[in-house]
Amino acid sequence: MMRKTLGLGVCAILATLSSAAFAEGKIVISNWDGYMPKELLENFTKETGIAAEMTVHATNEEIMGKVVASGGKGYDVLFVSGQFGEALHKLGLAAELDHGNMPNLANLYPEAMKLSHDEGLKYSVPYAWGTTGLCYRSDVVTTAPSSWNDLLKPADALKGKTTMLATDRWLMMPALLALGYSINTVKEDEIAAAKAQLIETKKTLLTYDDTTFYQKLVSGEASMVEAWDGWCNYGIAENAQIKYVIPKEGSDMWVDTMVVTSASENKAAAEAFINYVLKPDVHRWVAENILYKVPNKAAMDALDPKLIEQYPNLALSPAELLKFEQLRDLGEGQKLWSKTVTEITSAN
Amino acid sequence: MVVSRRIVLTGPGIAWIMALLVIPCALLLVNSLFERGIYGGIDYVFTVENYVRAIDPLYGEIFWNSGRVAGITTLISLALGYPAAYCIALMPKRRQMAFLILVMLPLWSNYLIRTYAWMVLLNGEGLINRSLIGLGLIEAPLPLLYNDFAIIVGLTYAYVPFMILALFSSISKLAPELREASTDLGASPLMTFWRVTFPLTLPGIAAGCVFVFVLSIGNFVTPDLLGGGKRTMIGNLIYDQFLTARDWPFGSAIAAIVIFIMMALLTLQAVLVNRRGRDETTA
Repeated sequence: MMRKTLGLGVCAILATLSSAAFAEGKIVISNWDGYMPKELLENFTKETGIAAEMTVHATNEEIMGKVVASGGKGYDVLFVSGQFGEALHKLGLAAELDHGNMPNLANLYPEAMKLSHDEGLKYSVPYAWGTTGLCYRSDVVTTAPSSWNDLLKPADALKGKTTMLATDRWLMMPALLALGYSINTVKEDEIAAAKAQLIETKKTLLTYDDTTFYQKLVSGEASMVEAWDGWCNYGIAENAQIKYVIPKEGSDMWVDTMVVTSASENKAAAEAFINYVLKPDVHRWVAENILYKVPNKAAMDALDPKLIEQYPNLALSPAELLKFEQLRDLGEGQKLWSKTVTEITSAN
Repeated sequence: MVVSRRIVLTGPGIAWIMALLVIPCALLLVNSLFERGIYGGIDYVFTVENYVRAIDPLYGEIFWNSGRVAGITTLISLALGYPAAYCIALMPKRRQMAFLILVMLPLWSNYLIRTYAWMVLLNGEGLINRSLIGLGLIEAPLPLLYNDFAIIVGLTYAYVPFMILALFSSISKLAPELREASTDLGASPLMTFWRVTFPLTLPGIAAGCVFVFVLSIGNFVTPDLLGGGKRTMIGNLIYDQFLTARDWPFGSAIAAIVIFIMMALLTLQAVLVNRRGRDETTA
């Protein structure tokens, strides 16, 4: 009896030890659902032998909440927008990157190495970048929209057939751009002016929508929506009458980045993952799969020209992209923004 | 009952309530008295600013609108639920169980899926609009979705089963002799209902109404999906503060105020039930 128990005990200990050994070198990645080709992790493991597990987050705020609360434990690589990467860095939760472990950084456009939120890419590596503009049905909206005011003060035929993005940075953006203000402003009078416009605009909106706005265009529920360029491509894929345009007042430049947590226990493995993503064929596959622009020169140069013909916004060059203001962390000003957005969505 | 046996029997229940209700509510109150850190999180600096901010007329309006939507939902649920519960209560016992199961059946499927189903039915290109246009009854699609109408429909649909069950339990306890006595004494069916049945089922009505009101006012899924994010109710406000704005102290303050209002309502309901009970025993 005693020997049996001892035997079982030894087996149990060996099992946990071996699983622990197995877990060594494993990395946990948190990304948006559908933002990475499904087989990417498998291929990464096949090539490098490092096990990788993926979890999803629906919004930047969600992963920020988790990481700030836990100090980043349990995560190795995070996909977050640049302004949140900046915030993580200020909180000391983003690890400093060893460029020596990531030779494929050389594939990036020179502009991507000098992004204003992290010059020299000390703690974040850009994964995808793009703009936010108007996505519309060209067969319904016969005159192409040219200004953010076409969304903010829609023509009668468009009332009740427009949507706007619900996340605070992009909810406020159209009004700030239409009024000529910076998209990173924290000045109270500018924010108040934008708020007043957005409360008026809300009366003409069909709904706020961050995820199904392109489906509404395809189904005809909406005729013109505020959209990220990549998401608009998903609509174009289903209905070739859908077009994307950047209004004359401009757009933002958003960058989604890969960050290694400072709490990570496998930093080398995490950097190996980032290096793998930066490979030209991998990053090109990402672009073809998620229909977003990637900041990888080698990848974009190799992109199928037919794809660019079908999705014109993929052709935007980095020089043109950098003409737009990049979204930055607002620091203390975030409180005012949150309060203002609450007031807009609560207003009648 | 021996004291030790009483402790053993009530112990687990009390421990459960303490751990999962009392302590979290206490934590909520504690959180609401501190400041928010810059990137979310809590700065342990004592302040009543969150409560001062919560009584801002903007949030007062949200409270009011939430109460209004929840109130309308409750009234419609009552109007729909009472006849249904009355009908089921009057059935032979064998059939009652079958009908009660039918009432509960929608609750077996996922709430989110049922809400999305309503979106499919109500939207501009959806089933209802297309049928009405196809039948020639209307020309342009009706705005049935992304407004208060859709929210009330969604909430009523979700919570009517609770109303029916609460009313059923009260109506089925009525002695049929009381109704017979009332008719014998010359009252019309309407009089019988209004003067005898309705007052005696008031505890059930109160219970049902409180169920539906409390569930509706706290609901944030339906207003977000069916309201299109354009109607902020108190549940959405709290959700936004915790998950998007990451302002836990302010969210806690609002939640604490909502809990306080709900406790007041429940106390009112308990008083009503007690008074009913007293009247019945003295009558």
